Amino acid sequence: MSEPMPNEPILTLANVEAAYGAVKAIRGVSLKVPKGAIVTVLGANGAGKTTILKTISGILDPQKGSIAFKGEAIERRDPADIVRRGISQAPEGREVFPLLSVRNNLMMGAYTRSDRDQVARDIELVESYFPILKERADQDAGLLSGGQQQMLSISRALMANPDLLLLDEPSLGLSPKLTQEIFAIVKRINRERGVTILLVEQNAALALATADIGYILELGRIVMEGPAAELAEKDDVKEFYLGQKDVGVRGQRRWKKKKMWR
Amino acid sequence: MQFIQLVISGLAQGCIYGLIALGFVLIYKATETVNFAQGELLMIGAFAGLFASTVLGLPYWLALVAAMIATAIVGFGLERVVLRPILGQSAVSIVMVTIGIGYMSRGLITMLPVVGTDTHTLPVPFRGEVFRVGGLVISAEHIVIIVTTIVLCALLAALFRYTKVGVAMQAMSQNQLAAYYMGIPVKRLSSLVWAIAAAVAAIAGILLAPLTFIHANMGLIGIKAFPAAVIGGFTSLPGAIVGGLIIGVVEQLAGFYLIEGFKDAAPFIVVLAMLIFKPNGLFGERLAKKV
Ligand SMILES: Nc1ncnc2c1ncn2[C@@H]1O[C@H](COP(=O)(O)OP(=O)(O)OP(=O)(O)O)[C@@H](O)[C@H]1O
Ligand SMILES: [Mg+2]
Repeated sequence: MSEPMPNEPILTLANVEAAYGAVKAIRGVSLKVPKGAIVTVLGANGAGKTTILKTISGILDPQKGSIAFKGEAIERRDPADIVRRGISQAPEGREVFPLLSVRNNLMMGAYTRSDRDQVARDIELVESYFPILKERADQDAGLLSGGQQQMLSISRALMANPDLLLLDEPSLGLSPKLTQEIFAIVKRINRERGVTILLVEQNAALALATADIGYILELGRIVMEGPAAELAEKDDVKEFYLGQKDVGVRGQRRWKKKKMWR
Repeated sequence: MQFIQLVISGLAQGCIYGLIALGFVLIYKATETVNFAQGELLMIGAFAGLFASTVLGLPYWLALVAAMIATAIVGFGLERVVLRPILGQSAVSIVMVTIGIGYMSRGLITMLPVVGTDTHTLPVPFRGEVFRVGGLVISAEHIVIIVTTIVLCALLAALFRYTKVGVAMQAMSQNQLAAYYMGIPVKRLSSLVWAIAAAVAAIAGILLAPLTFIHANMGLIGIKAFPAAVIGGFTSLPGAIVGGLIIGVVEQLAGFYLIEGFKDAAPFIVVLAMLIFKPNGLFGERLAKKV
């Protein structure tokens, strides 16, 4: 749609801390997602990416900090309330309903909506993005391949008609070709429907190429942020997230683990 | 002829077991709790029906509906007030709590002055009527049981297949985390499932009333319905009904053809055989449950 950069943020996290029992997973995360933009959060395994998204969706309550969506505080709200306000998520690992048909999985994505006609039109829309979902409409979702389940998971999240779509590692376990296709559609959804997207990824190259803005998360803290194109040019990012070895060793290593390019 | 006669009354009895087993399975699938107070919900439903028809003077079918609603409210309340606060405790503690609910319900009913300790008869419009088909003599009570069970099962099947709430109940039992992500009100639907299971138990209680009368201990039939749920695989609704029918018929035949004492043991012998030869039950879940 429009150039996203100057827009005001639709989502703002300020100093958010969250933990699983005694395990602190994120330690004071602040980030802004401008309306209409694609924002990506990159980080190694266990950095806290999924935890950020769980906290936004209300699956996990933050211990400290605030989350504002469209100017209203949404932390510690019910997940259903958050979906109704316009945030939906395709969670890590797809999490489809294995014994429901593909069509019923999509219908569950629209659980909080009551505008039947529009829901029917949105089913047609997501089926036009991913025709396989129409072919397999009556089949149990558990019988789909991993990649097809990922398409279903994204489509199911879209069925909530969100203003903000959260995607947790959509490339996980997918072939490079399918990953490319899915990212192209994510971009299309963003441009055509104006859906703001917060994308968590390990596939840094593709995520930075798709996103407008990037954040780098390390051990539960944001260590770098900026326009995606600029991040992709930084030497540290190149070395540790894009796997380019020829950058040359400079100073002490700030990243514990080298990221694999996938 | 004798044989067919026995099978028919076995099927009628089996419908009752099946309906109680349905309650076990509904609650187990939605909340992973085994509710050992299912039989007591049946008893409460029967007393509610008795109250509606003798005190309020409602006709049979209206009394049935009134009892369903009253017992559904009890089930809803139990989930909300007793079970939900202890969610996340160990399975054993939760089972103990449901057993406790059963004991307390029996105790509370017995404490009611006059009615509590007596055996009551529910007035039914078709009492003592029989149909003769060929050489068979089929009692109206049995026919009402079978027909009501069929209608109820059809309604439940339609609920789970065609309504948004019903599909959402299936969804949350398959993947509760994903249900939360979709904005499905998981907790509210759990209460609703308890309400449905309680309403089904109430119907079973009222159908059972003409066969065994109404008394504080009639809920102990739940112990025999439990094997029915196990035979069906414990996660399958059709399985629960089929399991109930098997138990009912086996029990009738054993009671007639075998020596005294086999009748009450028959359901458990069937279950033992089942656990040996088909440990997942007749209709065991197709996919392993996600954690
Ligand atoms: N359910 C849980 N219980 C306890 N600790 C958890 C749980 N989930 C995550 N953690 C811990 O919280 C930290 C952040 O985990 P998180 O899942 O957010 O990482 P992530 O960045 O999404 O990693 P990945 O790329 O592997 O998905 C990790 O140290 C992890 O061990
Ligand atoms: Mg993760």
